[in-house]
Amino acid sequence: MSRVLVAMSGGVDSSVAAALLLDAGHDVVGMTLKLWGGPSDSGCCSVGDVEDARRVAAQLGIRHYVLNLSDEFDHEVVDPYVDAYANGRTPNPCVECNRHVKFGHLLSRADALGFDAVATGHHARVVGDTGARFVARGRDAAKDQSYVLSMLGPPVLDRVLLPVGELDKAAVRAHAVHLGLRTAAKPESMDVCFIARGGRERFIAERVEMAPGVIVGVDGGVVGRHDGVGRFTIGQRRRVGVAAGERRFVTAIDAATATVTIGCHEDLLRDEIALDELVLHRPADDGRVHAQVRAHGAPLRARLLGDTVLLDEPEPRVAPGQTVALYDGDVVVGGGIAR
Amino acid sequence: MDSSRGGVYLDHAATTPLRPGVVSAMLPFLTEHFGNPSGAHAVARAAKNALEEAREQVADVVGARPDEIVFTSGGTEADGLAVKGVARGARDASLGDGVVVSAFEHPAVLASADRLEVDGFRVTRVPVRREGIVDVDALADALDERTAVVSVMTVNNEIGTVQPLADVAIAVRERAPNARFHTDAVQGAPWLDLARMAAVADLVSISAHKIGGPKGSGALVVRGGARVRPEADGGGQERGLRSGTVDVAAAVGLATALGLAAAERDDENIRIRALRDRLERGLLERCPGSWSNGDPSWKVPGNVNVGFPGLDVQTLLVLLDGEGIAASAGSSCASGAIDPSPVLLAMGYDRHAARSSLRLTLGWSSSNADVERALQVIPEAVERVRAVGASR
Repeated sequence: MSRVLVAMSGGVDSSVAAALLLDAGHDVVGMTLKLWGGPSDSGCCSVGDVEDARRVAAQLGIRHYVLNLSDEFDHEVVDPYVDAYANGRTPNPCVECNRHVKFGHLLSRADALGFDAVATGHHARVVGDTGARFVARGRDAAKDQSYVLSMLGPPVLDRVLLPVGELDKAAVRAHAVHLGLRTAAKPESMDVCFIARGGRERFIAERVEMAPGVIVGVDGGVVGRHDGVGRFTIGQRRRVGVAAGERRFVTAIDAATATVTIGCHEDLLRDEIALDELVLHRPADDGRVHAQVRAHGAPLRARLLGDTVLLDEPEPRVAPGQTVALYDGDVVVGGGIAR
Repeated sequence: MDSSRGGVYLDHAATTPLRPGVVSAMLPFLTEHFGNPSGAHAVARAAKNALEEAREQVADVVGARPDEIVFTSGGTEADGLAVKGVARGARDASLGDGVVVSAFEHPAVLASADRLEVDGFRVTRVPVRREGIVDVDALADALDERTAVVSVMTVNNEIGTVQPLADVAIAVRERAPNARFHTDAVQGAPWLDLARMAAVADLVSISAHKIGGPKGSGALVVRGGARVRPEADGGGQERGLRSGTVDVAAAVGLATALGLAAAERDDENIRIRALRDRLERGLLERCPGSWSNGDPSWKVPGNVNVGFPGLDVQTLLVLLDGEGIAASAGSSCASGAIDPSPVLLAMGYDRHAARSSLRLTLGWSSSNADVERALQVIPEAVERVRAVGASR
């Protein structure tokens, strides 16, 4: 038995995570993080969600606390998120939240409080032995969340438990129903938790001033205008604001000159991805990896050379700022941020 | 260990356990004497008599006439009725539109002022000096002929500093002759002789549960001449200022607790101040770099508010709860999350200092053993939390 701190969002997955750890004989305490004080109609930070977590903890008979990490969340997640869009990049806030807030600030507090491990309701698994543990895909392929945990490696993983990763989502809900947990039928959270559905552009615009600029074709000719690069993501097709016969995609964003380049699908294709902040949890055999470039994207066959992923087949360009998770089979062997 | 199984309770400024004798005084009015005090029969008369007796007891302790006491559901309702009621009453009579409050009032006053501002009133939030005392000069500068209401608390709820009410009253009389002066005396009632201290105020809020009475019970003193527009319209109870059938048991609970507190006050202040001094000194000695918030010469006997450099107080509170010690910090929002203390921020502390400060409040149920246990546990817990360097 060990002492485990479970991050309880008020959703069904972390509710069941707490229940499973209790069943396994651990000494379990629940903690709900208050991460965001601003208005949002979705996500993980509402009074109702905290109340759900509190009630589930009471049903399970475990202690429950609320921890306000909103200053840390602002600093580690929201500010960089806004800054990235303002600079023409497409950030992945869930990845940053997991590595800096949940498995950073929360984990260090768990240490101070004498806990052996922090657990969450992520659909992923921790595999391997002490000192050599890795994140692996959850059993439910459709719900797999290993991507957002890809920056985590040893030694942090010695202190991480992901109990629902062994179950598929239906089994998680069934277990919640079986235990009579009030979160059993709760819908899943979607999108970015601190932004109301569809409100990204306004969220960015309220926080940073952006210069208007031009939209150019791949030949450099001006084809339109825009009021700020924060509206755009590489690969974006809708609303590029240009009337053209053929479908056009954003192929490049230059924040310094506020220039957005659009082109056709072939102009988007690349056969390599350069990575910043590359973390290699273990060396890959012959450099062979599968690269996953979005939360539920297909793994792409590739080879890692230095800090560059060489794709076997060309793929649409990965937006700078996006996380690229590197797999060996089901096991996450590394991660980095597309340059 | 768990605080619910008989731990160390050091959160009396949040609420207090009921004093012995309060429940038994209230019980008849929840059972056999259930009457509506407004009725015209024997059942009603029993309730009415008890209500008026409670009113006399409360008036006696707070230094008012019985017909100046308005029973309310607690401090928040009393504050709202005073601040919003007086401001709106003044505007109705075209006597003014200015609202002046200190920047570290209880949320019941600050949120009332916010509401009035939305409704078109001129609101000034007067700065507070770093030692936890309202800046009376700045307050005086904010006053004018059109000021309708001034609200300054008797004792701050987080750092326990007694405010210079007499100075405020003089400034109001000189600069704002049409204004009414309200004081939230909720945190003063356990420690101060309100008949003396709050005599300078036109309106005074008190609450039962901070002095060993029940939650959901309080009163507003409205001295003659204050024009107050009621918030609740209805049967005109409580001189028309607070319509609705009066909760007789709650009023009796308030009166009983106030009476008991007043009778013991002088002895209790000496006893609790000694406990407090030992607790505070012990913490400051054993925790390197720690500091005390609020001018010690102006603090009420029960308040300890200590900062620890580089400490994340939220983590400390979890650790203390695990050791059976109930303490607090900052302000709890609806979700139960703790925000950095708005009081310390108003006093000029930065967010780090505000997030590093712990409030321990003693009261009638505090004992020597509580202080011993707290001194045994807290310094070690502080060291453990600080070692992680969780707070940036």
